[in-house]
Parts: sequence; structure tokens; C-alpha cells
Amino acid sequence: MNRKKLQKLTDTLTKNCRHFNTYEVNCLVSLFYTLVGDVAERPGAVTGLDRNAFRNILHMTFGMTDDMIMDRVFRGFDKDNDGCVNVAEWISGLSLFLRGSLEEKMKYCFEVFDLNGDGFISKEEMFHMLKNSLLKQPSEEDPDEGIKDLVEITLKKMDHDHDGKLSFADYEQAVREETLLLEAFGPCLPDPKSQMEFEAQVFKDPHEFSYDM
Amino acid sequence: MGVTLTKSAQWTAAGRGPATLEVTPLNEAILQEIIVFVESFLYMYPREAKFVFVEPLGWKTSLEPLAFGSGYVVSEKTVKSEEVDKNGEPLLFLSVPQIKVRSFGQLSCLLYIAKDKKLKEAQACLEANRDPVVKILGSDYSTTKREDSSALRILDKIIKDDDPEHEIKTNIAMLIQQMDMHLLNYSLKHISLEIRLNPSAIKNDVELLQRYSGKGEQTVLESIEYTSDYEFSNGCRAPPWRQIHGEMCYVLVKPHDVEALCITCSTEGVFLNGGKTDDATEINYERKGKIYKDLITILREKSATFSKNMAKQGNTFNEEQQKETFQPDEAPKKEEVTTKADAEKSTLQMNPINFVRNPIGKRLEPSLNWKSTVDLKDHRSSGRDTQEEKHARIEKGRSSVVSGRMQSARKAADKPEEILSESSSESEEDEEPPDHRQEANADLPSEYWQIQKLVKYLKGGNQTATVIALCSMRDFNLAQETCQLAIRDVGGLEVLINLLDTDEVKCKIGSLKILKEISHNPQIRRNIVDLGGLPIMVNILDSPNKNLKCLAAETIANVAKFRRARQAVRQHGGITKLVALLDCGQSPSEPPQPSLYETRDVEVARCGAQALWSCSKSYANKEAIRKAGGIPLLARLLKTSHEDMLIPVVGTLQECASEENYRAAIKAERIIENLVKNLNSANEQLQEHCAMAIYQCAEDEETRDLVRLHGGLKPLASLLGKTDNKERLAAVTGAIWKCSISKENVTKFREYRAIETLVGLLSDQPEEVLVNVVGALGECCQEYENRVLVRKCGGIQPLVSLLVGINQSLLVNVTKAVGACAVEPESMMIIDRLDGVRLLWSLLKNPHPDVKASAAWALCPCIENAKDAGEMVRSFVGGLELVVNLLKSDNKEVLASVCAAITNIAKDQENLAVITDHGVVPLLSKLANTNNDKLRHHLAEAIARCCMWGRNRVAFGEYKAVAPLVRYLKSDDTNVHRATTQALYQLSEDANNCITMHENGAVKLLLDMVGSPDQSLQEAAAGCISNIRRLALATEKARYA
Repeated sequence: MNRKKLQKLTDTLTKNCRHFNTYEVNCLVSLFYTLVGDVAERPGAVTGLDRNAFRNILHMTFGMTDDMIMDRVFRGFDKDNDGCVNVAEWISGLSLFLRGSLEEKMKYCFEVFDLNGDGFISKEEMFHMLKNSLLKQPSEEDPDEGIKDLVEITLKKMDHDHDGKLSFADYEQAVREETLLLEAFGPCLPDPKSQMEFEAQVFKDPHEFSYDM
Repeated sequence: MGVTLTKSAQWTAAGRGPATLEVTPLNEAILQEIIVFVESFLYMYPREAKFVFVEPLGWKTSLEPLAFGSGYVVSEKTVKSEEVDKNGEPLLFLSVPQIKVRSFGQLSCLLYIAKDKKLKEAQACLEANRDPVVKILGSDYSTTKREDSSALRILDKIIKDDDPEHEIKTNIAMLIQQMDMHLLNYSLKHISLEIRLNPSAIKNDVELLQRYSGKGEQTVLESIEYTSDYEFSNGCRAPPWRQIHGEMCYVLVKPHDVEALCITCSTEGVFLNGGKTDDATEINYERKGKIYKDLITILREKSATFSKNMAKQGNTFNEEQQKETFQPDEAPKKEEVTTKADAEKSTLQMNPINFVRNPIGKRLEPSLNWKSTVDLKDHRSSGRDTQEEKHARIEKGRSSVVSGRMQSARKAADKPEEILSESSSESEEDEEPPDHRQEANADLPSEYWQIQKLVKYLKGGNQTATVIALCSMRDFNLAQETCQLAIRDVGGLEVLINLLDTDEVKCKIGSLKILKEISHNPQIRRNIVDLGGLPIMVNILDSPNKNLKCLAAETIANVAKFRRARQAVRQHGGITKLVALLDCGQSPSEPPQPSLYETRDVEVARCGAQALWSCSKSYANKEAIRKAGGIPLLARLLKTSHEDMLIPVVGTLQECASEENYRAAIKAERIIENLVKNLNSANEQLQEHCAMAIYQCAEDEETRDLVRLHGGLKPLASLLGKTDNKERLAAVTGAIWKCSISKENVTKFREYRAIETLVGLLSDQPEEVLVNVVGALGECCQEYENRVLVRKCGGIQPLVSLLVGINQSLLVNVTKAVGACAVEPESMMIIDRLDGVRLLWSLLKNPHPDVKASAAWALCPCIENAKDAGEMVRSFVGGLELVVNLLKSDNKEVLASVCAAITNIAKDQENLAVITDHGVVPLLSKLANTNNDKLRHHLAEAIARCCMWGRNRVAFGEYKAVAPLVRYLKSDDTNVHRATTQALYQLSEDANNCITMHENGAVKLLLDMVGSPDQSLQEAAAGCISNIRRLALATEKARYA
């Protein structure tokens, strides 16, 4: 990609992005292309990170482990739903990851947790997400009982209108009372430590950034 | 010896090993009786006393062979009695330590020899010979083995044989029998005196009262119920740790006419306790009234309706009560039988004595199986949780052991002097409250089970589940003790502390948020320290996450409320890290976009200050804060305007200002200015701490001036008017007291009309306030205008009336203030009228030297200004002797003050004569060898004054007071010079003294004094020289004439 085109791309992206300055966008764009690899530019073909590559980044760089959550995060990044994160989606996603306000993050997290996208986190969805969160006790007659109980506890804590499911309003209120509940059903944001490491590395010299694919 | 008595006496561990007699009053009394019986045996029954026992009574004695005198053949290790039986065997044979005795006569002698060891010997003898009668008279007379029919058998014997031997035997048997009866009656009497309450008696009372309680006019009470439904196997309902104190249960009684009563039933009687505490799960066990005999009595006393209705219910009730009170004896008796049954050797017979005794003998042992009862309960209520629960308990036990070991290892690793300095004072501050666990018997609140479940998820969940569980746990009322203890009791503390050691920021935050709340509870604090939570929290202070730092610091602030915790914080480098937190407050490099879960820098600094405030209560920590450079940082934070920030900052400074080098630093860092500024704050707590800090610092003159220059006196004076907040008032009055040591400040205070207000505060205030108010008045009254002011405001009377107090620091201040007032003759008249001088005089007997000295100083102006002072002083019977004897004190201040008082007393000739008789001259002379200028000054004055009587001048010379006085002239203090020349002038009237002075080189020193600008000094020095010179001339004349 030639310098001029890159410059133009950076400018447009910077214009659309609230949280990054030109330098940072520049760094991130370079990183993006390093990651994608210098695929020959074919007009019409989508340049971007596919699901696997993206999950790899989430896992290696941001320390996420939960497959389901990582899938959801990929969907969160992949706004146009074409199965691939392009450079614009990359920048806007990272802007939220690294610099997002609480409001933005709440919106994003809620979307991640709302598995079927119906605007509510239902009991079933919660169960699904929390399913692996407890150590199996050999003594338990019903291995799922603990999870069910945990779901009830969560509902009691967050379901303010008592309709048995979480609306965004419920979720927002709960998070505003207790920020820890932002990622209530699984980590879907980078933890502070890996975030700091990432930023330190990327914004220093993007070309040195490396990770094992 | 005694027969049935062997059983009536209280044996321990009957049947297993050698039985011993318990040391109880009853046993002691029985032994005493036996001793009396045996001792008198020799004189009362001389014939029987010679009777030789069938078998000797043998036991281990503690007597030494040397104790035996005439009548015995004594060698180093053995003693034989000269008295022998018909075979020539000695009747008493001692081979250390075994002793064998074979007649009552010898027993009597032995007891006589044993003197004060009588009781011990008798006890040893009885313990070694469980059935002495068999040994004395032969197995026919055995009493322990059969039912009772001794009399019959004895009769049998008498009939069978008639030789004199047997007659004696029979006599002895009869005597012992009589003795037995006597002892039985005696112990009965003894036992009946100490009837104590027992659980079943209480239970009957309560049940009975319950039957007659309910709504309506006729019932005796509205309701009566136990505070706890669980009954231990011993019949008690009190928790085990209270049972140790003899408490059996607590009842809540609602009478018709008065408020609900919470009553403790203990073995000693029943009494009101502190009632339920606020959160309604604990009882304040403190006794609040006198002890009554039983429930009925206390209720009669407390409720009029109860006693009225009781009278109405009258007979029926009494009858039932009678019936019931007899029952209790029955149940324990059975129990006693079963317990004794397994001790087969002690063949037990049911004689009446046992019947009466058993309920008493059965002690209320605290039930030790309470812990297992908890487990039992767990089983019942949630079967599937038990395994988990047990697991938790085991783990808990293990971890506490481990942490305990770590603790001691850590301690051992410390520097030795550290351990010394800390452990020596550990006890004073560290009243470790008894570690009481959740009441096992009380029905556990529902929160308990919910919390237990959450802790389970904390343990077995991943990060997500843990965060949910933590958030849910915070929904409980963590300020409530039930929840706090529940978290601990289900092993939650360990988990919470473990979470702090992980990498999960969210878990750490959640855990700290809980720990911060529950660490308000003193027990939890200790548990956290025991579990090693502090080092982990100290480490978190380094975290880049500010929110975490804040929470850790806040938790440390809560935990570090006792010495051991503060020490732990310091030893893990916490102080340095906390001081570093203070630095965040000002750094302008606030990140442009604070990330999520983050807080502001100021907040971090505030939390740091909060933690330092808690830590700063230990001396070593104050030092550590200073060394870590905390003072400039605190000074900088003091310039902010957030009250939240200022309170901990000023609190820390105030705490630290007790140290000299802090005060210097506070002055150097210009902190006073800001303290003064914050006096004007609207926050009472802040005002209090500022005033307190000023109080601490204003010992220093420059600081006092600074307070004035920064306009701090006016706010102080105006805060005096607000008397509602006593703590603040104490701090403010303290600051005023210290500030008023400077004259300029006093003038300002007068301007602000503070003196009138202070006088108004002399009554109805707590002692802490009074001490300061009186101290301030004492300083103010050094000036004439203020003395007049205090008198006009009627301040003298309350001051004098405070002279009868007992608070030592208050007395020191009051005496000083009264003394200051007495300088004014008009005020003196009032003091005299109020008998103030007598009160002052009696304070000379106060055990504390400061009070003595202060009282003696105060007496000086009193004597000086009173009308008919001499007469007044003489009117105190024994007063002069008391003063003179105080010269034997070893406290310099007391001595100086007493010398000053003597100077004033000696102005009256008659009194001077009296104190001379009491030996004032040798006592003063003895003090002469001192380097203390204050004492020298007043001592010389006293000597000068005392010279004016009889041959005292000569006597001072004889007691060698003159030579040391000459040396006083080399002192730098002009007051000493003046007083000493006066004394020397007086002494030089005696020729021998002149010689001593001359020999000690007084003339040259005195010649210098003649050149002094001080006129009286000049005059006295010149007079003295002239006396010496005149003597020299006279001798010359005599020699050459």
C-alpha cells in the first residue's frame, strides 16, 4: 500500500474516531496490516482478520480464554457481519477496548452477553455463559444446581424490574451501582495489565509488535 | 479416723490412681475438726491414747527429722519414738519421707510437732489411709465395705470377749463413731450455707412464671422467655464462654409496668445485664445492678405490678414453687450415681449427706462439645452442605495454625530490640477481646446460610462467578456483626484474603470492598492480621490501579487499630508505601483519560492519609512516617480544602505532634498557619483535630506566637462558646491552655472575653475539659487584671471546690490556679473563707509528687497574703509536722516547693519555733548538697529564714550546711546568689560559721557580689563580709592584746 493511500486512510479513520489521535491511528493501522500480512491487493476482495486470526489475537494479546465469549467479541468487532474484521472495524473496536467510556463499554458488553440479540439477557443465556464458571463438586447430586443458583443470585442482584430477565436498563443500573458487574458474565474486555502492555508496545514502535500466530 | 466422713469429704477422681482430697472449704473444715479431735485425744483419753493400732498408719510426710525433739531418737534420716509397744517396736517411726504411726498418743504429738503443717499432714494421712479405722481397730471394724451396723458389731464384740484390750478398742470405736456424727452434722451445716442456684431451679422458675404470664390485668408478667432456644446438655443456655463465669441462661422479661428487663441467671444469683445490643443478636453481658437471690426476688424489686399480682396469685404459686424447688435435687442425684458407678472401687453408699450434697458438688462445667453441636445442626439443616462445611472447618483450622506459626517465625526474625520495644507495651493497649464465635446454640440467622453458600461459590468459582458472589455478598448488611462473624465462621475471610493474592483485579477490588466493611469489627481485624492479610494489602499499595490502592489503604486504616497490626504494617514496609500514596495528591500528570475502575489521585492521597492516621498511634510508626518524608507531604495536603482529606491529615499530625522532632518539623513546614485556617472550618471533627494539634505543639513558645500571628486565638476563643461537642471542647480548651502560657496571648484572650467564658466552664464539664480550663485559668491568673476578672466572675469558688477531686492532672492545675489567685489579698480572703487553704494543705498528703509540689507552691502566696497567717497555719493540726516531713521526699520539685512554703511559714516566730522542734534544721542541712538551682534558691531562702530562731544558726553550722552554701555563690543564677548571700549573712552572725565560710573561700566570692547591681544582694554580701571581718579583727585583737 502506498504512503499516500495510507495517509488518506488514516485521516478518514481519525476523523471518525473519538478516542485516538492521528499518531495512534497510524500505529494501529500499521499493526493491522502487519497482522493481516501483505496480501496482494485485489480490488473487491475484503482485507481483514478472519474469525480465527482475530480469536488468536484476543487470546494471545488480551488473555481471553472463553471460546464463546471470544466469538461474541468477534461479532462485536465485525459490525458488518461479513466474517472478517476490516481496518475500520479494527480501529473502532480497539478504540472501545482501550479508551471506551463506561457508557460505550456497557453497550458493547450488553451486546456481547445478549447471545440471541433480542435485547434481553435471559436466564437461559446467563446459564449458558456461567455454565463453566464453577468447579464441579463431586458431592453435588445435580451439577447444574450451583449454576442455577448463581443465575438466581445474579438476577436478584441485577434484575431491578423483576421480570426474570435483564433488560439493558436493568444492566445499566446495576453496573452504575457496582462497576465490577460490567463484565458480569465473563471477561469480554482486555484486563488492565494486558491492555497496558499492548498500548506500551503498539504506540512505541508498531513494527516491533509481534505475536505468535 | 472418720468413717462416713471419708465419703462426705470431696474426693477427686475416686478410684483412679491415688485419690486426693480436693482443696475445698468443706474439706478444710472437716480436716480442721479431725485435727482438733486427734490433738485433744492425748489429754482427754490418756488410756486409749496408748492403744497400739492393729496396723500402723503410714504416709509420706513433709516433716524433717530435726523437727522432732525430746522423746524421740533422732538421726539424720530416721526418727524413732522412745515410746514402744510390748514387743519393743517404736510407736512412731520416720524414715524420710515415709512415716508410720501406731497410736493416737503419737498422732497427737506428731500434730503438735507439725505446727503449721498440721493440715497438710492430716490430709496426707487421710489420703494414704482411705479407711483408717480398719488399720486402727482391725478389719472387723471396716466401715467402708458394708452397710451400716457398726454399733451392732461392736456390741457383739463386747459380748464375746472381755479382756481389757478389747474394752479399750471398743471405747475407741465409740469415740470415733461420735466424732463421725459430729463431723456429719458439721458438714451438713456447712453445706446448707452455700446453696447455689442451678439450671433446673432456674428452669422451674421460668416455666412457672411463664404459666402465670400473658396479656391481661391479672397475670404477673406480660411475657418471660429465654434469649436462646438451645439448651446444652448441662441444662445451661448461656454460650460456653459465658458458662465459664457461672452464667446459665439469660431471660427477657416484659413486666406490665416497666420496660423489658434482660436478666442473667448465674450460679451466684440473678442480675440485670446490659440488655440486648443494637443489632439484637448479642447480649451485653456486663452486670448492671446488684445480685438477687432468684428470679422472683429480682422481679419483685423491679416491677410493682409483678409483686402486687404475685400477692394475688399468692398461695397457689407458692405451693407450686415449693413443690418444684424440691425436685431439682432428684435429677442430678441420678446423674451422680451413674458417674460414680464406673468408679467401682469407691463403694458408694447413699447416705443422706450425699443426697444433699450432690447438686452442689455437680459443678457447671462449660460444655465442651458445642462445636460439634454446630456440625450437628449443619447436618440437620442442609445435608448436602456438610461435607463442604467440614472441609472448610478443617482447612480453616489448618490455615490458622499455619499462619500462627508463620507469625511466630516472623516475630523471631525481627530485630531483638524491636520485639522488646513492642512486646513490652503490647499488653497495655492490646486488650485482645475474647474470640467469640457465632453463637452455636442460637438459631443461626438466614444470612448465615446464604453467606455460606456465597463463600462456597467464591471458593469453587472462576473469576466471573467470584465477582458475582462478591457483589452479592456486598448486598448483605456488612455493618452488622452477625454478617461479619458469619463470613468469618464459614471460612470466608481466608478466601477473601487469598483472592488478594491473585492477579484478578476485579476479584481483588471486590474482596477489598468487603474486607473494608467488615474490618470495622475488632475481632475481624484480629482475624485478618492472624491470617496474614496485612502484608498482602501492603503489597497492593504498589499496584498501578488506584482504585485498588485506595481500597487497600482504607482497609489498612480499619485494621491498624491495634498495636500488633500497626507493627505488621511497618514491618512489611507499609509506612513508606502509604507515605508514597500521599504524593499522588499533587502530581499534575493526571492521565488524560482515567481508565475504568479508576479513581482520582486526590482520593488515593486521602486513603493514604487515613491509613497513616490509624498507624500513627504507635511511636515507631511516627518515626517511620517522618523518616519516609511524610511531614512535607502532609503539610502540602493540608493546603487543600477538602474536609475529607483534611481530617485524616490533621488527625495524623495531631497524633504525631506528641513527638518533639515532629513539633519542630511542624513549625519548620509552616503547618501552624494551615491548622489555624482550618479552625475556621465548619466541620467539628476537623476543628477538634486542629485544636488538638495546636494543643500538642503549643508547648513551644515560637509556635504559640505563630498561632497568635496567624490569628488563631480568635477562632479558639469563639469555639469556647460551643459546649455541645465535648471532645472538641476538650481540644479547644487544651489549645487555649497551652497558648495562654505566652503573655501576649493572654492579653488577646482577655480582649476576646475568653476568660469569662472559661470561668463559666468550671462547672458541669467532663474532667478532660476541666483540666484544660483550669490550666488555662492558672496561666491567665498570672496577671493582675485577669485575677481581678476571675474573682469578679465568681471563679474562685468553683476552683476551690475542685480541690477535693482525685484526678491528678486536674489537681495539679487547680492548685496552680488557686495559688495564682491567692496572690491577690482580696481573692485570698475568699479562698480562706471557703477553707481553701486547708484543702490545699491536705493535698500535701496526696501520693503523687506533682500534686504535692503544686499544692506546696500554691500554699506560699496563701500564707503570704492571708490575714493572721501564723494563726491560720497553727490551726491545722499536725500540718507543720507534715510539711517538715516532706523535706524527706526525693523529688526535687517537691523539695523546692516545700522549702518555699517553709520560708513563708517561718515568717511567723511561733511557727518557726514549732518547725524547729520538728527538726527542720537537720533536714534542710541535709539537702544542702544539691546542684539543682531551683532547689538551691528556695533552700537558701528557707535557711535564711530559719536562722531567725534560737540557736538555729549554730545548728546549721553543726549540721554542715555552711560549706555547701558557699559553693552556691558559684552558680549562674542570680536568684540563687540573692538567697544564698541572705542565708550566709544570717549564718555569719555565728563565729564558727564565719570560720567555715572563710575556709571555703567565701570572701572573694562575696566581694564580687558586693559589686552586683541588685541592692539587696549587695547589702547582704557586704553584711556578711563585715561579720567575717569583724571576727578576724577580734581575733587579732585577742592575739596581740
